[in-house]
Amino acid sequence: MKLQTTCIICPRGCRLTVEDDLTVSGNSCPRGERYGRQEATDPRRSVSSTIRIDSTLVKMCPVHTSAPFPKAKIPALMEAIKPLSAKAPVHMGEAVCQNLLGTGIDLLISEDIER
Amino acid sequence: MKKTVDILIIGGGAAGLGAALGAVEAGAKEILLVDRKNRLGGILTQCVHSGFGLKVFGEELTGPEFASRLARKLAETPVEVWLNAFVLSISPAKEALISSRDGLYQVSAKTIIYATGCLERTPGMIQLPGTRPSGVLTAGLAQLYLNEYGYLPGKKAFILGSGDIGLIMARRLSLEGAKVLGVAEIMPYSNGLVRNKVQCLDDFGIPLYLSHTVSRVYGNHHLEAIDLVKVDEEGKIIQGTEEHIECDLLLLSVGLLPNVGILKNAGARIGESKGAAVDGSLMTSLPGVFSAGNSLHVHDLADEAYLEGIEAGKAAVNCLKGVPEHRTMTPLSHNENIGYLVPSYYDESYLGDLLIKFRCRRPKEKCVIMVIADGEIIKTINKISMLPSEMEIIRIPKKLLKNNLKTIEVILEDRL
Repeated sequence: MKLQTTCIICPRGCRLTVEDDLTVSGNSCPRGERYGRQEATDPRRSVSSTIRIDSTLVKMCPVHTSAPFPKAKIPALMEAIKPLSAKAPVHMGEAVCQNLLGTGIDLLISEDIER
Repeated sequence: MKKTVDILIIGGGAAGLGAALGAVEAGAKEILLVDRKNRLGGILTQCVHSGFGLKVFGEELTGPEFASRLARKLAETPVEVWLNAFVLSISPAKEALISSRDGLYQVSAKTIIYATGCLERTPGMIQLPGTRPSGVLTAGLAQLYLNEYGYLPGKKAFILGSGDIGLIMARRLSLEGAKVLGVAEIMPYSNGLVRNKVQCLDDFGIPLYLSHTVSRVYGNHHLEAIDLVKVDEEGKIIQGTEEHIECDLLLLSVGLLPNVGILKNAGARIGESKGAAVDGSLMTSLPGVFSAGNSLHVHDLADEAYLEGIEAGKAAVNCLKGVPEHRTMTPLSHNENIGYLVPSYYDESYLGDLLIKFRCRRPKEKCVIMVIADGEIIKTINKISMLPSEMEIIRIPKKLLKNNLKTIEVILEDRL
């Protein structure tokens, strides 16, 4: 079925139309074409959240997925990361959890928290 | 206790970090950066979502990553950083009174860069009718509670104002298990980026009520409900359209205002952006005191606040040789289609290009921007569309600006 959607790759927000044969129109750049195809076949979103951290500076540590995550599995992802916690020092880019729900996507620390 | 520095930077957020790095790059040695928080990054550390860094690093980062990258850069410089320290006052002689962990300091600086960010508009400022129970808070405060303290401030939320922080919080609350009942926007168009409407509201089935506002807040101790109403073209409430909505959290995302308290107390003139009135080098009316980032005017992107900080840092170093004795201060003006513009003045003694930043007052299609100096058009830019939520930046090369200019005007008009 034909899909009408808005590209979320950059702030420009192009209106995309994706046909049944996955041809994309309305995009202003190749990234929009890739996004349109992805959205029609396997929609994904980058997910950011927080986990508890043992630190003298903060209670929560920001984390994010290493790649856009399958949209349908996001509620399960939020449940899966609820019990996670970290201990300072942590550094951005370190993996807290690998291969989340079998997707091959990792959960990464977003901030340097030294103590 | 006393201390002397070349450059004092107030604020360790995007603009303050930019100012420090810009000043180091321009050759300054004795720089002190002061921030009230316990770590660098300002508001970036609570903005856990991605969307930062495209302009500066060419890749999309989360707010904390953007902050940490800049903090790592800063750690390689000789800049002295005081955290958990608060600037109580500054004077036109560039003496600052600072409360720090070690006690009270009097810091004497050759130049000061003021980069204290902005404040959220409150329920009082928009004259929100009804009671003032707990559970009514600004979107950024809710973001701090949730993302840094780990508290979910409500289970059934309504959001007033479609600014990006409100939209981002709608998604964040939904992910954490709260039900977001809707977002009301008094204007007939959304104030946030289209992509934020898509991924923060549409993805979660959250309705956006355009031309709507909250006409009443109910609850004595804690918020119990609100009335949602339609407004007409002039923004006036249409009686009889009230919809009663039960909720335990009302977030306000109704605009930001530059945080200028300390600067105003020192006697700096305020411009129409509600931040300091500055010249093209970002110097305020107090010679040797600069301002950048959201304390000067509210930016769309942290990247832009950072880049403006760099400009201020370089200009401050330029000023270390001596504050210009004579500032020409040619006023910049604009027509009614422009909401505000920065800078307020052009000082010809500054050798850099003139960067003019402004917002249109209403959404515009097919329009033209003209910069006119003493009656002569020096720059024309055609635009396909413009939105008040998107800041426009025009660079006027120094060579296009003659000396002894009386006026510089920026005109925005429909294209025929």
